[in-house]
Amino acid sequence: MKFNSATWQRLLPFLSLAALFVFLSIATPNFLTATNLAAVVRQTATINIMALGMTLVIVSGGIDLSVGAILAFSGTVGAMAMAQGLPIPVGIAVGLVCGLFWGFLNGICTTSLKIPPFIVTLGTLGIVRGVTLIISGGLPVVGLPRQFESLADGSFVGIPSVLLVLAVCAVVTHVVLHSTKLGRYTYAIGSNTEAAVYAGIPVARYTIAVYAISGMLTGLAGMIEASRLMTGQPTAGQGYELQVIAAVVIGGGSLTGGEGSVIGTLIGAFIMGLLSNGSDLLGVNPYVQQALIGAIIILAVAVDEARKRRFRQ
Amino acid sequence: MLLDLQGIQKHFGGITALESGDLQVEAGEIHALIGENGAGKSTLMKIVAGMLRRDGGVLRWRGEVVDFRRPAEAHQAGISMVHQESLLAPHLNVAENIFLGREATKGPLLDQGHMEDEARRLISEHGFPLDAAARVQELSPAQKQLVEICRALNSASSLLIFDEPTSSLSDAEADAVFRIAQNLRERGMGIIYITHRLAELRPIADRVTILRDGRTVHTGPTAEVSTDQIVHHMVGREVSSIYERDNHAPGAERLRVDLPNIQFALHAGEIIGVAGLMGAGRTELCQTIFGITPAAAGSISVDGRPVSINSPRDAVRNGIGLITEDRQRTGLTLSMPISANVTLANLDGVTRNGFISRTAERSVAERFRKRLHLRAASVDQPVGRLSGGNQQKVVIAKWLFRDAKILLFDEPTRGIDVAAKAEVFALMDELARAGAAILMVSSELPELLQLADRILVMRDGAMVTELPCSTTQQQIMQHAAVAS
Repeated sequence: MKFNSATWQRLLPFLSLAALFVFLSIATPNFLTATNLAAVVRQTATINIMALGMTLVIVSGGIDLSVGAILAFSGTVGAMAMAQGLPIPVGIAVGLVCGLFWGFLNGICTTSLKIPPFIVTLGTLGIVRGVTLIISGGLPVVGLPRQFESLADGSFVGIPSVLLVLAVCAVVTHVVLHSTKLGRYTYAIGSNTEAAVYAGIPVARYTIAVYAISGMLTGLAGMIEASRLMTGQPTAGQGYELQVIAAVVIGGGSLTGGEGSVIGTLIGAFIMGLLSNGSDLLGVNPYVQQALIGAIIILAVAVDEARKRRFRQ
Repeated sequence: MLLDLQGIQKHFGGITALESGDLQVEAGEIHALIGENGAGKSTLMKIVAGMLRRDGGVLRWRGEVVDFRRPAEAHQAGISMVHQESLLAPHLNVAENIFLGREATKGPLLDQGHMEDEARRLISEHGFPLDAAARVQELSPAQKQLVEICRALNSASSLLIFDEPTSSLSDAEADAVFRIAQNLRERGMGIIYITHRLAELRPIADRVTILRDGRTVHTGPTAEVSTDQIVHHMVGREVSSIYERDNHAPGAERLRVDLPNIQFALHAGEIIGVAGLMGAGRTELCQTIFGITPAAAGSISVDGRPVSINSPRDAVRNGIGLITEDRQRTGLTLSMPISANVTLANLDGVTRNGFISRTAERSVAERFRKRLHLRAASVDQPVGRLSGGNQQKVVIAKWLFRDAKILLFDEPTRGIDVAAKAEVFALMDELARAGAAILMVSSELPELLQLADRILVMRDGAMVTELPCSTTQQQIMQHAAVAS
């Protein structure tokens, strides 16, 4: 690989993450400790897993604003199942199916009603949140089995179990995106939908699949969130959609479709996670944190756009 | 002397688009600017129009060295450009587009009435079939081109640059554009006309300048240079400008089209040409066969069996491939590499155990690169960086890899240069010999006459006659344009 300036710019998100890591290790005594790093991983796992699904959606040229609401719905319904006495694996499966269902519905609406996904998912964001509040009566679901805690807080040979779950999801998503028909078609649809139709690709079917997968990953994130809180919170995940989209975009995803990668997204999500954790450790005002993250998003995308412009010329 | 360009240079990153562009234009002259794709014509004109800045050389406007930093500065000097691709705002109406960026105002408000009156005056002055109040998105490509021309005329007073405005126009419409150019010349304007259509430009151009690889290689009166010489200058080597195809007996019936207004059978090894004016329904015919706009009535049979084609997917499954008239919009995924574009319609062919094999994919693409003489540094190169001719070869490769037996070519030579045209023709001939059944739509009658075994003529959405390959352009035009 030639190390010209384009390569450097491509590596920039990764280098920023590394720089941030080194800076925080030096600047604060408590950053580089197993406890803190495990906490960072646990805090970011939810966003990270949702961002994997969002990467598929964004690469396909779509957007999903309803993921925060889907997270709450899945967590709440999965928790209700367990509170009713169903075994933990069944409860988790219920959460996944809930996410899959809403994702599927998002896909159906965008493809058959021909409504732009921004509008569809803005609508389902409201519907799903409303339904969640209705079925839960607005109250958190409590009385979950003790062992359910270990999904979010457990460890396996010293590694946080959520990190393992995230790693498995990331590897699978990466392979799907780069080495399967589904992944190739996702890029093709996002780059040029019409050309994809003209090549005989069943565009609607694959688009629905992409939203369904994203929904299912969000369902999983919902169960992790429920495990972390040990309640099914009908109000969980508010505003998560923006953090998730930000992670994909910081990692090089393009909202016009056709661009984005799992590795980029993970870096994007971890940059945001470290910023938030580091600000806490450094005692930065949380209000300032919000503004900071907003500025980082704009900066990251500006740099990425500059790289793409050079590439095009 | 209106415009004098000497040794203009332009680089994009490490790529040299213009090495030494020279061009002189007088007032009251039509000056043809020709060259292959990538020769630097558009770059040179964008420098004149203030859309790009030169890296070297001298630009004189009315004898003074100038530097247009923005299109607005070129406008002020009296230079305007009719663009290759439509740069109109589709939701605004014709008058609003003509005045875009130069709106007439009354105090703080737009003077809508004045702009519409002015637009109407401009339109009627040139006798264009346009309604000043019509929304641009409802217009045909040809009408959009006329709006572009009006917009340029509205600001240009001295020099008007046409960048291949005929590429999306039918012959009759192209003639109208040529007439406009001639009218403007009579008024003393300078006209620069970039085109691929050599033959048609010849009668109206006073002088011609030829660019090759970013350099001006020839300039002089049109009358003093032959078409063969022009082609020679353009490509820098001898090419047979005419591709000869010998007829051979067709094989079994591959495709039978039996629609209310059009019936024909296409056989293996046969090339059927489809002629007609713009809007005659030629592209629509391809789109119906390919399932984009499925037929409401009638039937289509493949290999003697009636098939129902309701989507491109159905068509592809039945062995039909469409080489679209707009390859960048509907034929290719420009940001993806050559290899991914070649395999897009047949990923199963490179899938091993459920996963796409990069090795298999590359070797497939490599095979087609050699077979189709695709000029690219590597099959990993994004298709968007290839020339028009090479892009067209990628589209063809996609259908060959899918093993399509029925190929619909819609304007296969649009926007590709002379040398690549000959290659595409040779390829079509080779495919027909190997048993492919080919339907070819083209606005270039000489091309149809060269390649087709027989020619269907369409008018107003219906087939009006079928002519043998021994027919003439005049005969085709008679059927295409005149009600019998």
